[in-house]
Amino acid sequence: MPSALPDGEPAPPDGSLPAGVLEGAAERAFGVYLHVPFCRVRCGYCDFNTYTATELQGARQEDFAAQAVAEVRFARGVLDRAGLPSRPASTVFFGGGTPTLLPTADLARMLDAVRDAFSLADGAEVTTEANPDSVDREALLRLADAGVTRISLGMQSAVPRVLAVLDRTHDPARIPLVVGWAREAGLAVSLDLIHGAPGETLDDWLESLRAALGLEPDHVSAYALIVEEGTRLAARIRRGELPAPDDDLQAEMYEAADELLGAAGYAWYEVSNWARTPADRSRHNLAYWTGEDWWGVGPGAHSHVGGVRWWNVKHPGAYARRIADGASPAQARERLDAAARVQEELLLRTRIADGYPIERLGDAGRRAVAGLIADGLVDGAEAIRGRLVPTLRGRLLADLVVRTLAD
Amino acid sequence: MPRATKPLTPAATDPSAIRNFCIIAHIDHGKSTLADRMLQITGVVAERDMRAQYLDRMDIERERGITIKSQAVRMPWASDGATYALNMIDTPGHVDFTYEVSRSLAACEGAILLVDAAQGIEAQTLANLYLALENDLAIVPVLNKIDLPAADPEKYARELAQLIGGSPDDVLRVSGKTGEGVEALLDEVVARIPAPVGDPGAPARAMIFDSVYDAYRGVVTYVRMVDGRLQPRERIQMMSTRAVHELLEIGVSAPEPEPTRGLAVGEVGYLITGVKDVRQSKVGDTVTNSAKPATTPLPGYTDPKPMVFSGLYPIDGSDYPDLREALDKLKLSDAALQYEPETSVALGFGFRCGFLGLLHLEIVTERLSREFGLDLITTAPSVIYDVTLEDGKEFQVTNPSEFPTGGKVSEVREPIVRTAILAPKDYVGTIMELCQSRRGTLLGMDYLGEDRVEIRYTMPLGEIVFDFFDQLKSKTAGYASLDYEPAGEQAADLVKVDILLQGEQVDAFSTIVHRDKAYAYGTMMAERLRKLIPRQQFEVPIQAAIGSRIIARENIRAMRKDVLAKCYGGDITRKRKLLEKQKEGKKRMKMVGRVEVPQEAFIAALSGDVEKKAEKK
Repeated sequence: MPSALPDGEPAPPDGSLPAGVLEGAAERAFGVYLHVPFCRVRCGYCDFNTYTATELQGARQEDFAAQAVAEVRFARGVLDRAGLPSRPASTVFFGGGTPTLLPTADLARMLDAVRDAFSLADGAEVTTEANPDSVDREALLRLADAGVTRISLGMQSAVPRVLAVLDRTHDPARIPLVVGWAREAGLAVSLDLIHGAPGETLDDWLESLRAALGLEPDHVSAYALIVEEGTRLAARIRRGELPAPDDDLQAEMYEAADELLGAAGYAWYEVSNWARTPADRSRHNLAYWTGEDWWGVGPGAHSHVGGVRWWNVKHPGAYARRIADGASPAQARERLDAAARVQEELLLRTRIADGYPIERLGDAGRRAVAGLIADGLVDGAEAIRGRLVPTLRGRLLADLVVRTLAD
Repeated sequence: MPRATKPLTPAATDPSAIRNFCIIAHIDHGKSTLADRMLQITGVVAERDMRAQYLDRMDIERERGITIKSQAVRMPWASDGATYALNMIDTPGHVDFTYEVSRSLAACEGAILLVDAAQGIEAQTLANLYLALENDLAIVPVLNKIDLPAADPEKYARELAQLIGGSPDDVLRVSGKTGEGVEALLDEVVARIPAPVGDPGAPARAMIFDSVYDAYRGVVTYVRMVDGRLQPRERIQMMSTRAVHELLEIGVSAPEPEPTRGLAVGEVGYLITGVKDVRQSKVGDTVTNSAKPATTPLPGYTDPKPMVFSGLYPIDGSDYPDLREALDKLKLSDAALQYEPETSVALGFGFRCGFLGLLHLEIVTERLSREFGLDLITTAPSVIYDVTLEDGKEFQVTNPSEFPTGGKVSEVREPIVRTAILAPKDYVGTIMELCQSRRGTLLGMDYLGEDRVEIRYTMPLGEIVFDFFDQLKSKTAGYASLDYEPAGEQAADLVKVDILLQGEQVDAFSTIVHRDKAYAYGTMMAERLRKLIPRQQFEVPIQAAIGSRIIARENIRAMRKDVLAKCYGGDITRKRKLLEKQKEGKKRMKMVGRVEVPQEAFIAALSGDVEKKAEKK
């Protein structure tokens, strides 16, 4: 079951934005996120907004690219009417769902639409997520040809037993092949891993890490498994069929990941992300954490432009109807006031290696910094230089750090 | 159609036409419903004005089906061609209010002993029956709820006859619900209960059996005239304090207040003087005429003495002034409530309050929450300990944190009570086991009827206030009932157990227990807190100690992970809202040293919710 959307105020039917979004717009990068809400099967742990063939109830996968193209054009109109300067897209990200479930030509059409509406900046980062069993050599070559520069591959684990618990259907032996093809196509490669699945041991996790590092990716994301409410996994744990993930074990796994990745030359730059060089960081994801503007296209996609956040209607059928009517697909939005912006900046930036500028903390927050250093949660040397950067222990307790600093 | 067509006029009624009675009954045995039927049958409350349990005024009373404040109603009745004035005096049904009960009984010549025909007599009823017999009241035994399918009137009539003497045939049978037998009961009240006797020519003497604070009229004082008469506009005097007040209004409840030209010998009614504090109108005191005062007060007056103490703390520290104001207001209507400011390291500013008993405590805290909207933490109830030090100094401890530590104590005396427990005979073993484990001494055991037993124990009050009643109920499937009365004090080997979090004492959890129980309390509390306090970023040792000696220890392991793995575009709003909620939650945290303890943990640890929840699972 996809998770619920937040509550917000009604979004205007024509998608129009308040005047406040103009402030500082020229300094903000612009990106496009394209959400492809289809999967062949739903994984038990997943609460993303995605649908299998049987869940689509009339919405058609083959019509989707045209709808997304229509929303990209609609986006251009809205941003223009708001008076925002024309900014080329510096990043594009196909996420899902499983974007590679669509024919390559569909993804190419969508990317062309972004190019037509906004143009792509020089050296733009264009990423697609992919499942190991939904891409082959030819597809990757065609994607690269269409302008994709980077692939984020859902490897999750190298251990068949763990993949089974996660309902992942791919053969781990296929991962090296896909990575090889991606390299051949000239794509940068990121591997996605999950740790802490029910029944997974520390040794299982080390095996997955070593397998991933053996493929010399440019980037690794390593997520602790979150048991989301409403998922099949949550139900199985509640019924006692599977053990609940153990926080202490997940912490140990995280520490092991940081050690192994660090030794192999990968540096963390966000709680769950490591890159071989600063240039290998995901610029699209960094844009989420540093308050840039992006337009999220597709059902349930979230957007942010100058302190306004909105999210589209969830179901592909409802989305298709809005697009067909020429209306904004936004279901609701929220306008961030000054206090909310401060909170967001704090909670996002304390998760990244660039850190949070200490001078922006309130009085109570500044008084708390020394204690956080003493407790080994915040890097003392960085703090003296004016940046609040979590230590390894601080990353594992990042929410506690934020609570301590928030006024 | 009511029988008495021409009611007698107050202040001009011959004592021989008056009957003063009360109803002695256990909670749930239908006293209020029977009273409702009497009001209807005698015609003092019209059908259309009838609401269930007319006489119970407070919400809490109506919800819990118990009567806290008594009240008197004058009802006309005709029997064998003569007209009578029946005064029904309502009595509190609970053991905490023994003194108030005794004063209500002293205002009567007779009592209806009302017993559920499906359940038989209960311990508190028995206690009140003893009181009634001590006051020489004529007893009219009545079985109620005879309309119930489970009713067994034959069996319980035999039980009652065995208890009070007489034949099972003397036991009346009624249904408060249907009204069956109620007219006959009123006739029997006239026939079996004697008329009041007094000296109409003597200086006025009236006994206060209740005083109630009314937001509009000030204190309403309920009295039973013994000698002489009282009239409007007179100046009256309270004999215990010698305070003089002008009598603004005098009247009878019928059941709404009706001003009269006065009250005469044997009559029951109310007085209003404009005073605002029930402490100026003390239950048991004698009212006389200040111009022509009586020389001797009526016997039986004593000051209410709190037996159980507990700290009350607002959950939100900024509510402290509101709590003070609320207590000041409650005091106006509750003469037995005592309180003084107190500070706790763990809980902040609050009040140490004295109560007549556990129910009184519960009623006060519930009223504070319901009528004043206060969220409170109540510390574990404690009793008064008399402590003698080695240097001979003596003092009283009502708050465990004041208990001296170290070897300076030479003797501690604790209050003891005589308890009577009534239960089906199958539970005797279980009950004895429980009482023994609470340091009880068996006094005796009697069969009441065929299958019910009264078990009498002497027990430390401190053991009773600590969840004894809950235990008793749960071990006897709710069948056992309990009554207790003060029985002096005894020396005992008592120690104070402190609970420490990361080496810091949590004063709210300190308790005084018998040395043999110290270890059990310490382990239980440490384990409770381990389950209740969330993990912190450092390890938190929980210790129980007697003085400097550690007797139990638990550890809360350090929290190693507190971070959401993913935080992408769609997660940001959700994450910010979560943070805002957590910030609110942080405000409800209390700091003990560096340990953040949620208020809920204090409340749960003090109330024992941890084990109860575990039992349910």
